[in-house]
Amino acid sequence: MSNFGSPTLKLRGLARRFGTRWALRGITMDVEPGEVVGIVGHNGSGKSTLLRVISTALRASAGEGWVFGHHLQREAVEVRRHIGFLAHAPGLYDDLTATENLIFAARMLGVSESTIPPTLERVGLGHARDERVRGFSAGMQRRLALARLIMGRPRLLLLDEPYNNFDPQGIELVNDVIQGVRSDGGSALVVLHDRRQGERVLDRIIELGRGVVLDATNEAKPLTLVPATAVPS
Amino acid sequence: MSHARPLEMERLSTAVAKERSIEWLGAIALLALIGAQLAGVLNSPPDRDMGHLQKIMYVHVPSAWNAFIAFFVVAIASLLYLWKGKEQYDLVAASAAEVGTLFTGLTLVLGSIWGRPTWGVWWTWDPRLTSTAVLFLVFVGYLALRSFVEDADRRAQWSAAVGLLGALNVPIVYMSVKWWRTLHQMQSNPSTVDPEYVIGLRTNGIAVLLLLIYFIVKRYRAARMERLSEHLAESAALEGRRA
Amino acid sequence: MPLSHDLRRVRAIIWKDLTTERRSKAGFNAVAFLGVLILLLFGFALGPDAEALREAATGALWLAILFSGVLAFNRSYQLELDGAALEPLLLYPAPRWTIFAGKFAANLLFVLLVEVIVVPVAIILFQVKSLVGWAPAMGVMLLGTIGFVALGTFYASMASRSRAREVLLPLLLFPMLVPVLLASAEATSSLLAGNPMQDAGAWVKLLATFDVIFVVASFFAFDHVIEV
Repeated sequence: MSNFGSPTLKLRGLARRFGTRWALRGITMDVEPGEVVGIVGHNGSGKSTLLRVISTALRASAGEGWVFGHHLQREAVEVRRHIGFLAHAPGLYDDLTATENLIFAARMLGVSESTIPPTLERVGLGHARDERVRGFSAGMQRRLALARLIMGRPRLLLLDEPYNNFDPQGIELVNDVIQGVRSDGGSALVVLHDRRQGERVLDRIIELGRGVVLDATNEAKPLTLVPATAVPS
Repeated sequence: MSHARPLEMERLSTAVAKERSIEWLGAIALLALIGAQLAGVLNSPPDRDMGHLQKIMYVHVPSAWNAFIAFFVVAIASLLYLWKGKEQYDLVAASAAEVGTLFTGLTLVLGSIWGRPTWGVWWTWDPRLTSTAVLFLVFVGYLALRSFVEDADRRAQWSAAVGLLGALNVPIVYMSVKWWRTLHQMQSNPSTVDPEYVIGLRTNGIAVLLLLIYFIVKRYRAARMERLSEHLAESAALEGRRA
Repeated sequence: MPLSHDLRRVRAIIWKDLTTERRSKAGFNAVAFLGVLILLLFGFALGPDAEALREAATGALWLAILFSGVLAFNRSYQLELDGAALEPLLLYPAPRWTIFAGKFAANLLFVLLVEVIVVPVAIILFQVKSLVGWAPAMGVMLLGTIGFVALGTFYASMASRSRAREVLLPLLLFPMLVPVLLASAEATSSLLAGNPMQDAGAWVKLLATFDVIFVVASFFAFDHVIEV
């Protein structure tokens, strides 16, 4: 399990553009094993884009990154093995049942389907296992998306605003998942809408502004804004 | 699989600054073309069937040849882009495709004009002309795709794939249309060219080739300027803001 | 081990695509019905003289398949886009070729099923008398369909993500299918008329070559164009 020396995640000058707009302008950061890092910033600061590039859903336009030592561009398939990504949109198939969605995920992940029933129980969807996702509430959909994530046994969690509009049990579930990964030596990057949301689990917070890291502290406390000095040359 | 690309602005500015005028090539191409056309028109006798109409061939055939050369360039540049990921290859492919489509269109129009007085119809489904028409549509599709995709990186990836597949199909389209025509035994074109025309065709072919290169280079430079100005606009916006 | 996992992935995608297709109402039915409708319209446009119809039969059949089949391709990506499921799909540790293989196979099955309906209707409407070489003719149809579906699946991966997708897909796809159309229509007519295989042989070879080249090229190129 560990020829993965530290760190879990290493980014050097990661940048991404959309057309002529640079959403990320050179992110350099490290995440150590067992760390849970919160990411905050205004809309358009690049938080979601950062997660998506690390997950390999998007290719970087410049810069490099490594997840557990695997290069983001060159070893993308390896990177995906270790990642658990929770996006804004649940990304489920409405016409399939909860179980069927997870069957598909299990087969694509290359894991056994026997893990499905206990996972559904864990996220509190045991009662809805044979219902079609079309009838699910937003909260239920997110629980199912979490179930899918858990089944992959990720060691780096990338969660995009996981707490938004979630009931207290749901929030507990998210924290539970994070703790589970952390105690296995994994890490998590959690994009937050509001820095207070992840207080209980975060080790530190990073703030993004217009695609660059504004400041990094080692404690989850309020930051003062610092003008960005790092601009890609 | 794409590679991370270094920020392009420096490279583009340097390249643009180092540009040397290529107008000399345009001048030579134009002179060559005029010369070859005059030589062809004045020196070759009227064809026994078509009379002086035959002379349209001196533009039609070189256009066709050079259209195919242009699409060959598209194929190579697309392959290089998919392999190396350098933006220049994408710009070359796009420029060659535009110019190639132009020449293809010209070929089709001239072929039609040639056909009308000769056989009384505007279109005869002649194998070469028909394949050229299909090729024209393939590359119109290529250009349409490019115009629908905003993001430069995606546009480059997608058009490289489409351009490559399109180019792969050219010989197959040609063969299938030819067989189709011989099968149905339609009157075939007097496509064989008398030896006395060959020199005229070749000289015109070369003149048009020079013109092709000139057009592609000019178009490529224009495309490069566009990219540079996009980068400059973005970076000006960056400077102007405080974080 | 990896290959069996990959084949499992391909099968999973086929299962998922076909199941969601079956459950989302009116997908297959609409396409098959459209195919029949197009045949009818061709009948009106070209007939009613029996001889004229017979001459046009295989051509009209193939055009009906092409025009109705294109609908299937954008739909297969639409399933992912509606629920934003494309991103999670691309984030599985699955090589891209498995996604293409799965979608290709699912689309192929779909179009073949449409043909099961459309072909008999064509035979009836266009008064096809001779069905002598029907077995090899079916083989030719399969070959033609393979080329059609491979390229359709490939181009739809881009068209479905663009504006004007309904027009972009046919614009990109149809010029590329000229060899398929010519070869399939000619070979099918020839075989149905009872001509020996040799006559159609050259066309069959062309079709087979086309299929090999473009199935391989589509697999290769898909990797470069599929993205979130």
